[in-house]
Amino acid sequence: MGNKTALYQAHVDMGAKVVDFGGWDMPLHYGSQMDEHNDVRNDAGMFDVSHMTVVDVTGADAKEFLRHLLANDVAKLQAKGKALYSGMLNVDGGVIDDLIIYLMTEPGVSGEWFRVVVNCATREKDLAWMAEQAAKFDDVALTEQPELALIAVQGPSALARAKVAVTESRATLIDNLSVFQGVESEGWFIARTGYTGEDGLEVMLPEDEAADFWQALADAGVKPTGLGARDTLRLEAGMNLYGSDMDETVSPLAANMGWTISWEPEERNFIGRNALEAQKQAGVEQKLVGLVLEGRGVLRAHQKVIIDGVGEGEITSGSFSPTLGHSVALARVPAATGESAEVEMRGKRVAVKVGRPVFVRNGKKVFS
Amino acid sequence: MSNNPSELKYVASHEWIRVEGDGTVTVGVTDHAQDLLGDVVFVELPEVGAELANGDDAGVVESVKAASDIYAPISGEVIAINEALEDTPENVNSDPYGDGWFFKLKLTDEAELDALLDADGYATHCESEA
Repeated sequence: MGNKTALYQAHVDMGAKVVDFGGWDMPLHYGSQMDEHNDVRNDAGMFDVSHMTVVDVTGADAKEFLRHLLANDVAKLQAKGKALYSGMLNVDGGVIDDLIIYLMTEPGVSGEWFRVVVNCATREKDLAWMAEQAAKFDDVALTEQPELALIAVQGPSALARAKVAVTESRATLIDNLSVFQGVESEGWFIARTGYTGEDGLEVMLPEDEAADFWQALADAGVKPTGLGARDTLRLEAGMNLYGSDMDETVSPLAANMGWTISWEPEERNFIGRNALEAQKQAGVEQKLVGLVLEGRGVLRAHQKVIIDGVGEGEITSGSFSPTLGHSVALARVPAATGESAEVEMRGKRVAVKVGRPVFVRNGKKVFS
Repeated sequence: MSNNPSELKYVASHEWIRVEGDGTVTVGVTDHAQDLLGDVVFVELPEVGAELANGDDAGVVESVKAASDIYAPISGEVIAINEALEDTPENVNSDPYGDGWFFKLKLTDEAELDALLDADGYATHCESEA
């Protein structure tokens, strides 16, 4: 028996197929992963992501600590509630985890603090690493918030449907949220973020209110969506999955995370900076690309990618794309890889197209 | 839960066999198998005319989750395949014992039928795997 979120009984009642996920009993699907995927692309779906780890970072040195801890720069957060995606690197430039961080106060005020959401499977090493780094600062407190439930509502109709499921004052707050921004409301934190490539919300709320909100969302027409569809949705959107597309042995520069590294200002000494600068100097040997197989068959993680005259790579995530009707994958390949490659699938070599690692955004095909 | 029609025969690798009574059988995968696979997106079937021995690779089912081999549950010559699965692979999920059938075999040796599991035997096998 694994850990259970506050919504476990709701999942069972809604017919979920429950599987172990990083020590948690989580819904894989509620009947059909494909239908749930399509619900999110066409209308709205909801995910229980309460297994993820929420850590509040407070204290007078909170900001300087985070500017050291993270490859992206929290100084870029210039409005209350704004969110930033970042890698947390080790000194060799490997990715310990990827995370979302929110500025919870006005920027620069006394008492300025931040909320970090990290992955579930990496919880213990993340907390240990953060504590180790925080010890170098005089005044940083790290407070995990295990009593918060986390519900993601995603899809083109997500905001409209979620507004029906909340109080009028919260509906007004949702109306005024810009993309990648969150707002606090009586113990809830409502953010316009997600992991699907669609518009939507991620709502943190007290565990004892989670089941009622989940049911209110269902009554508003939001479909329960399992981890299976969460994976195909994020893959189509070209969003990395920690442990598959990158880990501590992989540089963010070889994981399509270059855009998350803030090189300026030069004097900001974030962990991993020296290693990344050396890598840039020497030339990064690999890159993360998107693969498309328009014929039959499904690309899968760990299949070998062969690039004629260049070398070999490996698929890091692969699946069938319900939106596109064929298979797509993320793969790490030599930097010199062009627009075509072959994948070794079940003993046969199959030609694939190579492009940017993003396939679907806001319901539309974007691969080129 | 999975339902296993009592008029069918089964093998441990999760194929079902319908004995047609004229020396031929129809083969598919069980409700339990399709439930484990999840949404099926491609089905690769053997060629008509192929001679399959019991246990031979007979095709591949690709679901969103994984690729799984299909095995010949009994020896015979492939006399028909369900071509409709090319366009509607989801029939394997929605109707595993009907429209989701895979192929028909002309039996090499009807005595092989005696080795197949009945519905109860198959249910016991599934429980032992759980």
